[in-house]
Amino acid sequence: MTLVIAIAYLVAAVLFILGLKQLSSPKGARNGNFTAAAGMVIAIVATLPLLHFTTAGLIVIVVGVVIGGGVGTVGARMVKMTAIPQMVALFNGVGGGAAALVAVSELLRFGDHPPFAEAFPSVFSIVIGSISFAGSMIAFAKLQELMTGTPITYPGQQLVNGLIAAAILGFVVAVLAIASIPFSFIGLMVLALVLGVAFVLPIGGADMPVVISLLNAFTGLAVAASGFTLNNFALIVAGTLVGASGSLLTKLMSDAMGRSLGNVLFGAFGQVKTGPAAAAGGKETRSVRSASAEDLATLLAYSRRVIIVPGYGLAVAQAQHAVRDLAELLEKRGVEVNYAIHPVAGRMPGHMNVLLAEANVPYEQLKEMDEINGEFKDADVALVVGANDVVNPAARSSPGSPIFGMPILNADQAKNIVFMKRSMRPGFAGIDNDLLYDPKTIMFFGDAKDSLTKLVNAVKAA
Amino acid sequence: MNNELLNEFTFFVLAIFVGIEVISKVPTILHTPLMSGTNAIHGIIVIGAIVIAAGANSPLTIALGLVAVILATTNVVGGFVVTDRMLEMFKGRQAPKTPAAK
Repeated sequence: MTLVIAIAYLVAAVLFILGLKQLSSPKGARNGNFTAAAGMVIAIVATLPLLHFTTAGLIVIVVGVVIGGGVGTVGARMVKMTAIPQMVALFNGVGGGAAALVAVSELLRFGDHPPFAEAFPSVFSIVIGSISFAGSMIAFAKLQELMTGTPITYPGQQLVNGLIAAAILGFVVAVLAIASIPFSFIGLMVLALVLGVAFVLPIGGADMPVVISLLNAFTGLAVAASGFTLNNFALIVAGTLVGASGSLLTKLMSDAMGRSLGNVLFGAFGQVKTGPAAAAGGKETRSVRSASAEDLATLLAYSRRVIIVPGYGLAVAQAQHAVRDLAELLEKRGVEVNYAIHPVAGRMPGHMNVLLAEANVPYEQLKEMDEINGEFKDADVALVVGANDVVNPAARSSPGSPIFGMPILNADQAKNIVFMKRSMRPGFAGIDNDLLYDPKTIMFFGDAKDSLTKLVNAVKAA
Repeated sequence: MNNELLNEFTFFVLAIFVGIEVISKVPTILHTPLMSGTNAIHGIIVIGAIVIAAGANSPLTIALGLVAVILATTNVVGGFVVTDRMLEMFKGRQAPKTPAAK
């Protein structure tokens, strides 16, 4: 490593750290992304002069960068804001795949009996990178609804996964200790891909963000391992930074859902629901109250405090602009309006903030759960738009429920609760919500955007 | 354990602590952009992909190099662009004043 490269990598590493730091505060977040991107450009440009390109290699790189850059830019620009979680999964997966392929190439180059210091990180990168690739693709498919979002389970699943993991471990030992055929890693790669699929299948769509975050950390580690193989400090430092911060972020996310990471990964969330949900088979007979747009408009217009609880349904219906119109209209009439943002509202922590920010909802009106939960009891109306699980009192009261223990928004303490929902269908977690049947609750059925538009017109008239 | 490996291992261990420390105070609202930003940073594997592709001279190494470069570039470019798209919505938050809510 020449001095220039060493310094460039150091600068890049510092820029990555500063970028992450800035990304952790709302003010500097966008600059943080630029800072990290600058570090990336410096690291890449500094690497180039050292390489000896073959003609084929040069063509491969140019073609690859053009294709990859095109796909990345178009994909990231075209994706709808609601589909961002699966886009992140996709970008993460391809990174893991790249890390595994880099390790494969190095292993091939070393030929028979590679030195342990190179073989070990290569094998590690192949396994972790492949798991991350396959797992991310399943996460993408689940969120994109290319396949069912509900957990896919079968008897003895944990045992089968355990056996695959054991087989991988055995293979690793074989490749490291006795392998004389460089291609023995192909079996390893196949097994790791299978494990990646098998590991994400039993996890429900609602838990996908946590899984994506975990796989993101995995890719970071795979990249770091590839860095050890290539003796490249930039890869080691950047990959490890992501591995470490991604692991912490994963923990923060599962904490926000009130569950342990182990429970998210191995609990086959939703499977338990057959118990309480089946027992409550007669629930449909309970009556619900619904109201017209005019009735609701009157209720809202003459309230003093309204708290809006946005959920994924709002995002799907692209209703973030409509909800802002309603809020502005109410504010003009002197109603105090705030938004209560559950940590896992939408499909990813922070997802809802991104969507509402897109609609120019003032930052100060977005209140985090801890900040606003005490205020529900003073609110005249809690307007729940396309949310369900995050206001389900079962999380507090029924220990048998799969979401028991998850912190929820205290919408049930408001004087009136208005639910905007398409139907009585349960939320993403597949659990019935008693709050829908509460005497204080008024249902307003329909697509969130249509409903809000009707409501806006009705408030104008009120 | 040779010197270079020891150096690398030192960097590795220190980077773990920095990585944990640097994001420990992130507010919930930034979880998604942060995840996306870290996702872009591990796109640094593009350097590894370029290094292995540079010396490509057989059909196998060409194929491996090409796929690795495509995947890694998609990761790094897509990662930074999609993060920026999320974050550009947070800009100028202080500009639109809350209409006198009272």
